[in-house]
Amino acid sequence: TVCHICTGEENWVDSRTIYIGHKEPPSGTEAFIQQRFPDNRIVSSKYTFWNFVPKNMFEQFRRVANFYFLIIFLVQLIIDTPTSPITSGLPLFFVITVTAIKQGYEDWLRHKADNSVNQCPIHVVQHGKVVRKQSRKLRVGDVVFMKENETFPCDLILLSSSRDDGTCFVTTASLDGESSHKTYYAVQDTKAYNTEKEVDSIHATIECEQPQPDLYKFVGRINVYMDNEPVARPLGSENLLLRGATLKNTEYIYAVAIYTGMETKMALNYQSKTQKRSAVEKSMNAYLVVYLCILISKALINTVLKYAWQADPNRDEPWYNDRTEPERQRHIVVRAFTDFLAFMVLFNYIIPVSMYVTVEMQKFLGSYFIMWDDEMFDEEMGERAVVNTSDLNEELGQVEYVFTDKTGTLTENNMEFIECCVDGHVYVPDVICNGQVMPGATTMDMIDTSPGPGAREHEELFFRALCLCHTVQVKEEETVDGIKHGIHQGKSTSFYISSSPDEVALVEGMKRLGFTYLRLKDSHMEILNREDEIERFQLLEVLTFDSVRRRMSVIVRSSTGELYLFCKGADSAIFPRVVSGKVEQIKARVEHNAVEGLRTLCVAYRPLSPEQYQEVCHLLNGAKLALQDRDKRLAEAYDIIEKDLILLGATAVEDRLQEKAADTIESLHKAGMKVWVLTGDKMETAAATCYASKLFRRNTQILELTTKRTEEQSLHDVLFDLSRTVLRQHGGMTRDSFSGLSGDCTDYGLIIDGATLSAVMRPAQEDSNSGNYKEIFLEICRNCSAVLCCRMAPLQKAQIVKLIKASKEHPITLAIGDGANDVSMILEAHVGIGIMGKEGRQAVRNSDYAIPKFKHLKKMLLVHGHYYYIRISELVQYFFYKNVCFIFPQFLYQFFCGFSQQPLYDTAYLTLYNISFTSLPILLYSLIEQHIHMDILRRDPSLYRDIAKNSLLRWPIFIYWTVLGVYDAIVMFFGVYFLFDNTTFTSNGQMFGNWTFGTLVFTVLVFTVTFKLALDTHYWTWINHFVIWGSLIFFVVFSLLWGGIIWPFLNYQRMYYVFMQMLSSGPAWLSIILLITASLLPDVLKKVICRTLWPTTTERIQVGACSLSVVSNPALLEVTLLSSCL
Amino acid sequence: MMASSYNAKEEDGHHSGASNNGGAGVVKSKKPDNTAFKQQRLPAWQPILTAGTVLPAFFVIGLIFIPIGIGLYVTSNNIKEYEIDYTGADINDACYNCAKNFSWNSTTPCLCSVPFTLEQPFESNVFMYYGLSNFYQNHRRYVKSRDDSQLNGDRSALKNPSKECEPYRTSEGKPIAPCGAIANSLFNDTLELYHIDSNGTRNAIPLVKKGIAWWTDKHVKFRNPGGNSNLTVAFQDTSKPVNWRKPVFDLDPSDPENNGFINEDFIVWMRTAALPTFRKLYRIIQKKPSTTPTLPSGKYVLEITYNYPVRSFDGRKRMILSTISWMGGKNPFLGIAYITVGSICFFLGVVLLIIHHKYDTRNNSADIPS
Repeated sequence: TVCHICTGEENWVDSRTIYIGHKEPPSGTEAFIQQRFPDNRIVSSKYTFWNFVPKNMFEQFRRVANFYFLIIFLVQLIIDTPTSPITSGLPLFFVITVTAIKQGYEDWLRHKADNSVNQCPIHVVQHGKVVRKQSRKLRVGDVVFMKENETFPCDLILLSSSRDDGTCFVTTASLDGESSHKTYYAVQDTKAYNTEKEVDSIHATIECEQPQPDLYKFVGRINVYMDNEPVARPLGSENLLLRGATLKNTEYIYAVAIYTGMETKMALNYQSKTQKRSAVEKSMNAYLVVYLCILISKALINTVLKYAWQADPNRDEPWYNDRTEPERQRHIVVRAFTDFLAFMVLFNYIIPVSMYVTVEMQKFLGSYFIMWDDEMFDEEMGERAVVNTSDLNEELGQVEYVFTDKTGTLTENNMEFIECCVDGHVYVPDVICNGQVMPGATTMDMIDTSPGPGAREHEELFFRALCLCHTVQVKEEETVDGIKHGIHQGKSTSFYISSSPDEVALVEGMKRLGFTYLRLKDSHMEILNREDEIERFQLLEVLTFDSVRRRMSVIVRSSTGELYLFCKGADSAIFPRVVSGKVEQIKARVEHNAVEGLRTLCVAYRPLSPEQYQEVCHLLNGAKLALQDRDKRLAEAYDIIEKDLILLGATAVEDRLQEKAADTIESLHKAGMKVWVLTGDKMETAAATCYASKLFRRNTQILELTTKRTEEQSLHDVLFDLSRTVLRQHGGMTRDSFSGLSGDCTDYGLIIDGATLSAVMRPAQEDSNSGNYKEIFLEICRNCSAVLCCRMAPLQKAQIVKLIKASKEHPITLAIGDGANDVSMILEAHVGIGIMGKEGRQAVRNSDYAIPKFKHLKKMLLVHGHYYYIRISELVQYFFYKNVCFIFPQFLYQFFCGFSQQPLYDTAYLTLYNISFTSLPILLYSLIEQHIHMDILRRDPSLYRDIAKNSLLRWPIFIYWTVLGVYDAIVMFFGVYFLFDNTTFTSNGQMFGNWTFGTLVFTVLVFTVTFKLALDTHYWTWINHFVIWGSLIFFVVFSLLWGGIIWPFLNYQRMYYVFMQMLSSGPAWLSIILLITASLLPDVLKKVICRTLWPTTTERIQVGACSLSVVSNPALLEVTLLSSCL
Repeated sequence: MMASSYNAKEEDGHHSGASNNGGAGVVKSKKPDNTAFKQQRLPAWQPILTAGTVLPAFFVIGLIFIPIGIGLYVTSNNIKEYEIDYTGADINDACYNCAKNFSWNSTTPCLCSVPFTLEQPFESNVFMYYGLSNFYQNHRRYVKSRDDSQLNGDRSALKNPSKECEPYRTSEGKPIAPCGAIANSLFNDTLELYHIDSNGTRNAIPLVKKGIAWWTDKHVKFRNPGGNSNLTVAFQDTSKPVNWRKPVFDLDPSDPENNGFINEDFIVWMRTAALPTFRKLYRIIQKKPSTTPTLPSGKYVLEITYNYPVRSFDGRKRMILSTISWMGGKNPFLGIAYITVGSICFFLGVVLLIIHHKYDTRNNSADIPS
């Protein structure tokens, strides 16, 4: 009852009681109420066999386009419409079926995955024996036996482990991306029970909160009944093993299941990624609305005209054309409405179903080119690019802002110890002398004069400090997940593993300087010193690293009994706490190293007297035993302990830039993209990396918006200062561009840190105008070609992306990163790219695209993105164009058939126009078109600017296409109209009817529309020839066949021999040729004139490449291509 | 989704486990194929429309189109055509009375004759058309009001015509054959042509009614139920269309091969016209074996049996005599269009030539120093 208060039970919203091993508590203590919990089945599939059809149909028809087509189809079924329901039903059926099959298949895969997860065997302790069970049969309260490298099947409370101290190591790489080994603790009272028999004898209940998604929070209490006396112990997140984590470095454990199945924290954490929509899709939808308006207005105009025209009863119902009686009875309003709907149906093809299918297919099939790309394959890792969503292919060609992580993305995340500095003396390991790596201390390069004896002592203390102050573990033999480095020490191979690659680099560096960390045994750390003697230090306390303090400490007792506190951390975290040591020299060295782009750490120590140590112990234990605000009290305790330090020295570790990172960034800059580096690293290091990666160049003027500056001036003043600087330049730039000298104006780089950023972003207070801060900040950013944000928390990364996304130009953003801390930003940006790095697969899994290396981004954006954008924009424009051409003649025809909704074309033509006659050429075009050779695209990134801001889908271009479509339709319709005008055009004097009229228009239409695409095609492979000419031949063959026989089971034979008779007439041929020529003429003219008078960069290059394609010598080609890019 | 992420993790574990023994195999399988298609490096022809390439095409089109246009225009102009409007809308017209006193129930046919003069002789075969204006044969209700199965000789469709034929589907309880609005409104004026000699005698000009319909229509698409013999039996239990004066098997008493559904006048009418003003082939006047023109210049009389009312909907009826060339009847449109498009192309060719010379050289000279 005492613990009722201390566990903070009042915070529990609802609790559950778990009986370990399903054993009833001793009578009298508590009522035994077996609660019902779900089993351990994971269900990620959406459908079951039974609800697939209705549920899938419902979801598909929730899409506006599908719903629209369904309505059209239903209207056709219900009312008497000019075209048969088949014309819209068939394509709709096709679309729905294909989508349903695709989704069904995906769900089947999910079912399969679920099953394999649910059926994987688990070892459970039952009646003192270990029994195999399927994972899905696991129930809350079961005691589970887990071995090393097994993954936890549900959320478990650790009861005992093979280790004596009741701890186990766990990696949560697949949960949060941290590949480090975390330590979890068994319940004190049960940790001794480490055989199945003993575990089975545990008699305890667990009370804990109901499942909640926070991975790092857990409150509970265990009641262990010993001799029928319950002992209550608090349980925290350090006792809770999460589903999905993997047991490491521990032989086996026993644990009890508390959350199962869909109630595990991992399941609760799973949230569906929000659907990202590309800019092209948005334009497409806007066009769709325009066309819907056109459609409705067309139908309205025709309905109104129809009733105006019909006002004369002799027109409405001449003697030769009576209505049926029921029709006559119908009310005028009903009739008008049905007429309106009938017109809608007649013109509904203007919004083609097939466009959605084609776009989906284009995206899906097109994304394979990314996966297939040989140049985006990394030999070293054996990985190739991965496409997780194909919806955003074209967005890759529209990127304006690139947000990149630094560590692991720009850099290799492969740390190497470079140097250390003790009291101003610099030590560099492994200097190569005469081509030989000299071993041991002799290789040490003393840059300064050799140190005196006092310094010698300091030096050794420094090395020992680095050997002791870390959380590195030694792993013998074998490879392990995490950071691996071989220590080739005689025969046995062992590795240092740690959550932080820096620590491994430091320990390894020390090894090369003569001090080898051997192992931690019986809480004694063993070090092999230069004289090959083993020194033993008793590890008393570890003050673990956290990102707020940015330092860690250990307290050790040497074999001689002296007590030391060793502390290592970021310079900003150490210097304020230092009381003595050669601060100035070391500070200078640290700054020097930071500018070089090295990651620096400072090392300090503090000798402790036994009394002081007692005090420290007291503080720490007090904090550790606190059950409320434990973290806060620990932090306070650390703060008190880590003070009065004596500075020893500093280290420098290099994280090398990734291959071609600088080249990639330069290309992105040239392509007009703004590159932002978002990192948690400190400013100097990050800035150095930025210089190395050419994000900042020599002539870049750096603007700083950091805490350092805002301490001197108010944030307000700094912001206004900067914006003034930038805007002055901006004004100058416009003047420059007028005089044509815009090339070499200085560009700006901005550096901002996390603290200042949060000050800028702080929500508006009533009196201040911080809303303006955001605006000013954005204004500054807009004029900077590169921005570096350092000291960023993961969430801040996402905030930055969101801020830019929401700014008034709504730029397209891309985020690229490799770690779990980049996930929020990857999910937030328009396009999220994951790097297959060392920090787990979290980023890759949450990204839209994943690439092995940062350098692959260049081809991804400049080549693939460019192509996809060109392709899809043509696809969209062309689809609307060809349907205007298709439907507008039908609209015109209404004026000549008494607005009676008489279709111009035969049903087969109406149905197949979009499905087969004109679909394949554009699909193929949208898959393989290359307007410029990909090598040129890569060499000349500025071409990317040509398509920036969705330039090919702007309204003027859309209007041009639509007007062209209307023009073509008018030419086709009236050309044929005048040909038919009250005369014959056969040599036998026989007449043609309305179906011949429609067929002639349709023939011209199919040829015109296909030729138009042929004119736009810049890349004619044999497939293009095959598909374009093939689809024309198919149209002719189909028409011959369709009119060639009397079709049984068809209630009309209107097309019988119409096509053949038409082709037997000379003037029909002549008019087909004439009308095609006349239709294509303006477009050709526009193309040629625009190309000659106002060529875009792309067009200039095309002409250049065209004349070059004659040149056969590749070397010459190389030279000329380069010159054309200059 | 969740399970798939679970799987991915398992894969990772598997991968790290397998990297000791079979790592290389895994690497190999992930490497993309280096084929031209997959790497988007298929050999391709990359044409670009520039002034230089388009120029010759424009000139060639112009040079081809203009002669064709002239040829078509001349051909069209050589065709002789004569047209008489015999509607009887005006009080002075010969058929005014017939048009005015029209009644569906009258049993005596109303006759009228229109005299006319051909200024020029018509050589070769002359085609005689009737033309209707403001007659919406392309009205949707009208176009679909037919039963092609019935017309194809299907017996069940004969007895039970399609619903589309409403309200011309049944009459007096019997199915109508041929059903539908199109058949019901069959053009039934009779036109006869007489040549007036210099001495005033009227010579009937022989009008051939064979070959006015498409061959495929006459022989395949339209068929009488149960063959062409004994049509009376085949059509028993059916009713004639309400506006017809005689049943379908009695359309041409003179020729049993031109009766029932395969009557050529009927077939011609059943092919619905594309536009509200149309003409349909009525008869053919075959050229004479001698050198005399088929229709020498002179006076003629058109004798009309006026059965077809058009005044109610402001329609017009015409009779057209026309000679035919390889390109059909008189229609200057195609010739003019060809000449126009050809000239535009030629003109644009010239404009482009100027632009090409003026700008391309400048562009090139601007490119080179950069």
